[in-house]
Amino acid sequence: MTKSELVEKIMEANSFLNRKESELVVNIIFDSMANALKDGDKVEIRGFGSFTVREREAREARNPKNGEVVTIPAKKTPFFKTGKELRERVNCL
Amino acid sequence: MTKADIVEKIYEKVGFSKKESAELVELVFDIMKSTLEKSDKIKIAGFGNFVVKEKADRRGRNPQTGEEITITARRILTFKPSQVLKASINK
Repeated sequence: MTKSELVEKIMEANSFLNRKESELVVNIIFDSMANALKDGDKVEIRGFGSFTVREREAREARNPKNGEVVTIPAKKTPFFKTGKELRERVNCL
Repeated sequence: MTKADIVEKIYEKVGFSKKESAELVELVFDIMKSTLEKSDKIKIAGFGNFVVKEKADRRGRNPQTGEEITITARRILTFKPSQVLKASINK
């Protein structure tokens, strides 16, 4: 499912919403979550999961092409932990 | 940030009532959950992809007792952040 398919599904479920409004709602949801992470905040959606920012330390690695040692600088990376309800629903075989 | 903060943003920016905004946020996450439950993936451009992966049986150990156990096959959800999201976090 892509973002535009999600927009469609929302309109099917809520007949009062036009496409523009549905798009706006979806964009606000993901933009506000992205902005919170950008500020280093945690995002917690009950039943779905939580997003946090994890720090990765600088490390040495090798360029696989020429074997040269390169230093990969420290960086931050978004991390998602699936919530209990969703984890159980996904695993329900 | 929680769902309540997202509801507040929708209320401010779109002008729906708080009740409507809350119902919409709930609806969006419900649709996402039922999609993932069916093992379909969700691709949100500029944010990331949610993908359900199948894990086979594997051997593991209880770290407390050292006892060997079988970790049963299962489905897990993974999130792969988009390049855009990763870049914005490092700015």
